Amino acid sequence: MAAVSTRDIVKKFDDVPAVNGISLAVPDGEFMVLLGPSGCGKTTFLRIICGLEKQTSGDLLIGGDVVNDLPPRARGVAMMFQSYGLYPHFTVRHNIAFPLKTQGVARAEIARKVEWASQLLGIAHLLERRPRQLSGGERQRVALARALVREPTALLLDEPLSNLDAKLRASARLEIKQFQQRIGVTTIYVTHDQVEAMGMGDRIAVIDRGQVRQVGTPTQIYDDPADRFVATFVGTPPMNIVARNGGYLGFRPENFLPKEMVDGGACTEFSFRVDRSEYLGSERIVYGVLKDFDQSQVVTAKLPPAHVAEESIRPGEWHAFAVRNSALRQFDKDGRRIARP
Amino acid sequence: MAAVVESAPKPASRLRFILDRRDVLGGVFVAPAILYVLLLVGMPFLLSVYYSVSSYTIYNPSWDFVGLGNFADILEDPVFKQTLSNTFIFTFASQLLGLVLGKFGAFLLLRPFPGRKIVRAIIVLPWVVPIALATVAWQWMFDSLYSVINWTAIALGLITREQAPNWLGTPQLAMLSVIVVNAWRFFPFAIVIFLAGITAIPQDVLDAATVDGAGFWRRNYQIILPMILPIMAVGLIFGIVFTFTDLSIVFLMTNGGPVGATSVLGFQGFQTGIVSGDVSHGAAISLFMLPVLLVVVILMLRFIRRREI
Repeated sequence: MAAVSTRDIVKKFDDVPAVNGISLAVPDGEFMVLLGPSGCGKTTFLRIICGLEKQTSGDLLIGGDVVNDLPPRARGVAMMFQSYGLYPHFTVRHNIAFPLKTQGVARAEIARKVEWASQLLGIAHLLERRPRQLSGGERQRVALARALVREPTALLLDEPLSNLDAKLRASARLEIKQFQQRIGVTTIYVTHDQVEAMGMGDRIAVIDRGQVRQVGTPTQIYDDPADRFVATFVGTPPMNIVARNGGYLGFRPENFLPKEMVDGGACTEFSFRVDRSEYLGSERIVYGVLKDFDQSQVVTAKLPPAHVAEESIRPGEWHAFAVRNSALRQFDKDGRRIARP
Repeated sequence: MAAVVESAPKPASRLRFILDRRDVLGGVFVAPAILYVLLLVGMPFLLSVYYSVSSYTIYNPSWDFVGLGNFADILEDPVFKQTLSNTFIFTFASQLLGLVLGKFGAFLLLRPFPGRKIVRAIIVLPWVVPIALATVAWQWMFDSLYSVINWTAIALGLITREQAPNWLGTPQLAMLSVIVVNAWRFFPFAIVIFLAGITAIPQDVLDAATVDGAGFWRRNYQIILPMILPIMAVGLIFGIVFTFTDLSIVFLMTNGGPVGATSVLGFQGFQTGIVSGDVSHGAAISLFMLPVLLVVVILMLRFIRRREI
């Protein structure tokens, strides 16, 4: 297990930059999530770390050593692919043993480690099956066992949950996180799903157009977004951004409440015309516009249904809403965050 | 005043929508294929089985039953024994050579390079050129006097004029020649098969193998080859069946010679049964293909089923 760090990694495909200068340091044992929209370069970056792609420029360090010119097998990293990449003609046992065989590990040692990995992931009863005889969740565990079996320097996961159904995804999220904590392996996890990122990451690196926008803990990313991109990419519904005084003002929908519900502390009032509201059981999402602001800018409020009076969100009418000043975020005209006073 | 004629509701004809019925329509569609197989494959086959146990010749078209006498006759014939072993050598050597060439070709054509499309188009030529034309060209290349292969080798100083091999006049070289020509015809097909197989392998699997530490050879022989085996087996079945029954290259290039060194079952069956008019012995010779082909096909089909992934 080792720290992974990159210095100004650039990757161009025919002059089109996919990764545009990423410098990232992942300390030993950390669970780092790379979060970004499709096509932002996060998967390319991951493939550079494991050696499937060669960066155009920049340095990659694993355990303090520059590994730019080492082939994938010499880097000691393990990768789990989106569709798992299990070998369909091998049994589960053979699949898990494969990375050990390529390293010439002794037969008895292979048997012992396959046993260990399959016990760890609860797939010991599946060892003689072939991948096509497994369910999606079982395949994912086999892929994880295959990645973990040789105790990699770093574990790279490329959207590992995207092939699972929603229910399974929630439990798999928990499992992966638990394994990672138990084994303590440095993990880099790529996803476009902010729920996965927020729920699993020790830290999150938000990536857009081949560049890191912000690196921080889930709390930092959510509460103190570095720019408008991070503010609107993380959170459902995203942070409301309205133009004001040549800059932008941002506030989270859950902080945008009917005035009578904002208690204590200084707050900023808005006149809010409700256009539509959605009842989602645990919450109510209300859409509308603000008086004296751009009328094409839809603003959302996320309200606890039990505590909101019907008349305070009646559609078509103007209501007094407010945001506590401590929940307001300001951005300059380029969308960069202005530090809180 | 026109009388109002009340038209009785017309009963829907039972036949009107008969083609909408799945079972009827299916039968209609399959019928031509079944007729074709019965008339043009089944009938001649049964006929040849009967010929092989009769004393039928063109000059004496009698249908007298002679049992397995014809088979006993040809089994005692040393030329037939040579033909039988020739057929196996010809088939398996040319398939092996074709597969090896096909694998190399597929790997070369897998990676994009400028002009790849043109090369791909050119490389299937051996497969689509009429066999007679191609064989005549090869015949000139192997000619005892004008062989372009020999002249090139002489010009390069590799051999002297006296050492120049007589390709089609020496038994082993003649066999090698027909094998080369057949492999040359087969390898574009093998390339297509390999390409189809390799491109069907998910990129994730190949990437996983790379990250798992597999080098070029391991990836090749433990991942790619096993995964394309089923489709390769299908290609091989076709190759073996076509080659085992083929007589055109031998017929056109060596005429079975020298002294039977390149004679194969199809060729000898044709010579005996049609050219010499001894239909019953010709049929018996040809029927020797049957058990071999049957075994090959059964083996391959079982193999495919087992390897299905």
